Amino acid sequence: MTLLRVEELDCRYGLLQAVRGVSFELAQGETLALIGANGAGKSTLLRAIAGAHRPHGGRVLFDGVDVTSMPAHRRVSLGIALVPEGRRLFPSLTVEENLRVAAARRGRWNVQSVLEVFPLLQPRRHMAAANLSGGEQQAVAIGRALMSNPRLLLLDEVSLGLAPIVVDAVYRSLADIIKEGTTVLLVEQDLTRALNVAGRVICMLEGRIVLEGEAASLDRDRVVGAYFGLKQPA
Amino acid sequence: MRVQRWTGTSRAFTGATIAIAALLGTVPLLFEADVVQRLTNLLILVLLAAMWNALAGYGGLLSVGQQAFIGIGAYGTVFFAGLGVSPYPAMLLATLVAGVISVPISLFALRLRAAQFAIGMWVIAEVISILVRLDQNLGAGTGISLIQLNQYAPNFRQAYTFWLALGFTVIFLSALFFLLRSPLGVSLQAIRDDEDAARSLGVHVAARKRLLFVLAGFGCGAAGVLIGANTLFIEPGSIFSVQWSAYMIFMVLVGGLGTFEGPILGAILLFGIQTTFTQGGPWYLVGLGATAALFALALPRGIWGTIEERLGLRLLPVGYRVVEMKSEERTV
Amino acid sequence: MTIVNAVVQGIFLGAFYAVLACGLSIMFGVMRVINLAHGDIAVLGAYVVFVIVQSTGMSPLVAFVVALPVMILLGYVLQLTVLERSLKSGILTPLLATFGLSIVIQNLLLISFSPDVRSLGGNAGAITTSSWQVTGGLSVSALGMVILVMAVLLFGALQLFLSSTRAGWMMRATAEDADAAELVGIDSRGVYARATALAVAIAALGGLFLAIRSVFDPVSGPTQLIFAFEAVVIGGMGSLWGTLLGGLALGVAQTLGAHINPEYSALTGHLLFLAVLIVRFGGGRLSLRMAR
Repeated sequence: MTLLRVEELDCRYGLLQAVRGVSFELAQGETLALIGANGAGKSTLLRAIAGAHRPHGGRVLFDGVDVTSMPAHRRVSLGIALVPEGRRLFPSLTVEENLRVAAARRGRWNVQSVLEVFPLLQPRRHMAAANLSGGEQQAVAIGRALMSNPRLLLLDEVSLGLAPIVVDAVYRSLADIIKEGTTVLLVEQDLTRALNVAGRVICMLEGRIVLEGEAASLDRDRVVGAYFGLKQPA
Repeated sequence: MRVQRWTGTSRAFTGATIAIAALLGTVPLLFEADVVQRLTNLLILVLLAAMWNALAGYGGLLSVGQQAFIGIGAYGTVFFAGLGVSPYPAMLLATLVAGVISVPISLFALRLRAAQFAIGMWVIAEVISILVRLDQNLGAGTGISLIQLNQYAPNFRQAYTFWLALGFTVIFLSALFFLLRSPLGVSLQAIRDDEDAARSLGVHVAARKRLLFVLAGFGCGAAGVLIGANTLFIEPGSIFSVQWSAYMIFMVLVGGLGTFEGPILGAILLFGIQTTFTQGGPWYLVGLGATAALFALALPRGIWGTIEERLGLRLLPVGYRVVEMKSEERTV
Repeated sequence: MTIVNAVVQGIFLGAFYAVLACGLSIMFGVMRVINLAHGDIAVLGAYVVFVIVQSTGMSPLVAFVVALPVMILLGYVLQLTVLERSLKSGILTPLLATFGLSIVIQNLLLISFSPDVRSLGGNAGAITTSSWQVTGGLSVSALGMVILVMAVLLFGALQLFLSSTRAGWMMRATAEDADAAELVGIDSRGVYARATALAVAIAALGGLFLAIRSVFDPVSGPTQLIFAFEAVVIGGMGSLWGTLLGGLALGVAQTLGAHINPEYSALTGHLLFLAVLIVRFGGGRLSLRMAR
């Protein structure tokens, strides 16, 4: 069943066109990785799906409902949650307050179950988010998105700026979340991680989709070629 | 693309402005004293609007306290005349004082941004107003007459005051005009468009804002001098009133914030409104306030800015315009 | 002893300023906006209470409770009509729009109520007249105590609301990062409207205190705005407890000034405000030169 459908999406910042005519579909329970170089339009695409960026043209349909002009907070109550680039926690709020303030929908996820998935947060529960380490902040950011019990979880560069060992921990928790059946769309710079965690991969270049396929069937060299915009051998 | 400064219309208009100024110079020879007095008022409004626009439109500085300089100009005249200086030289001295005082005020006021600057200036005006009220020699709270001007016959006095107003208006508007047309004007517009970006490109933001602030100090001081000379009586309650700021905001917002011509248009409109509704009154002020708020929200470029945008018209060539080139001129 | 008395009276006066400043502080803290019509809204609140007292004979405090829903509604309307639009278009627009609004409110009040000076002191009963003579030079008025206690309760209640309720967290989250707040399902428009409604309601409380402890007329607003803004700045912009302390400091500065010479009252308050600005932002170097 199709959960998310993006049709001919165009996104602009003033004169700069960041996303050009992008269309794709995402089925319920699927995990899709968006890859591409810096400035390929991946983050803008995620933000447009989440409602943080108003697209210039095209449509976003979620579970059959046209959400293109719906404000972000209402998309959250439909079940779309974005873990934004740079984490964007509320610095003066404690870990628990950061989580509780985001509880827009009831379901499997609550403060208790989030803390079980991210046990490193348990001792930090009453600490202000500003005082956490980068890895802890990333865990809170993902946990905060889970608190709305999303049907579609959008993750933007969750490994950015984190030590590899911390990234491993974050991805282990992510694997648990994916196993729960949450549909995930993630942006990831690290090709190996993207191919490992995702069932399907979309590669973007200069705002367009240049390659799309099952992660298992994709030849790594072809992905690298698409990533850098090299001419494909016929 | 090609960058253009002078356009045909603009050159013609600059000539026309000079002609209009020369023509206005004959007004006291042709009209009764009360007409001359009213036209002096119009020139004061033009001057005030242009100075407030210099601050807000080109410096991004929203002041609710320019009445400080208006009051300094008016009371400065009384002060120097009281010392025995002949009235008109006293007016020039008072203008100078207002401009000079604006320098130390700028040292700290320009550190403030947005609301802090707006209300900070207001408080400075209040402080100066209180100091005047505490001074018996300046008439304290009850006000004081410019009796020294009685040495001139009313017709001559009104004519001199009008010519002084015309002179001040031409000087300060030209000063602003040439400031904006100089290379400085470009950096001023950069500041107005994006202060942080301009700063990161190495534009000396503080010095340029200070120049505008001091110009506006001089100009508002001159306006205060003229208000005193035109009404012959000043009192702290009205000369330091925040209502002056309200008038300036109205004229500039309605005319066109950040355009050279807009504030002049706004001043003429306010003058027209004041002449039509001579009794003034609260409904008239309700109208002014509501109109200013509506323009800020719905038509932020004002009447002139909107005309410019729609028609691509530009009478006085301040700043630059980018012209799309004909296809054969294109290189890329 | 009279100095002590001046300080005590200053604290009472300052508690009133803190209440006036509270709404301004909330709106700045949540939306980074200074509402230049804040003082006029406080005075409008005083007039609403005045009308209710005149027509029903209620005590002003009861009349304030009756007026509260009107003021809260006004806050929502203000947000949805003026502020929401102006927030989107740069930092000067809210100032310009609310300055225009200030002129409109003052003159509508002039039209409706004439320029006469009014007071609710006579309607408030015994609290305006009773006081305790502690020693020869020191007296504590009942009204001063009531306002001080209510100011402390108000700030305490706000603190509790912001630190321990989900609505309070939502307000803080929106204040810190409105985009991120939207992304976790918080309706930032709704939060802004609630913050403005809260600010307007508290401004009306300030207006009530103004009306009981002294007099007001249609153009009292700008002075109240200046004092409120001074309290906010002295206390450090955006900090709630700072605003309470800033109000108290302003009140004490004014009564100490008045202690020297009654005409210095407002002046010393202004000077404290300017001194705080100078200390916080420093004086600029004199640089009129144009070379980069």
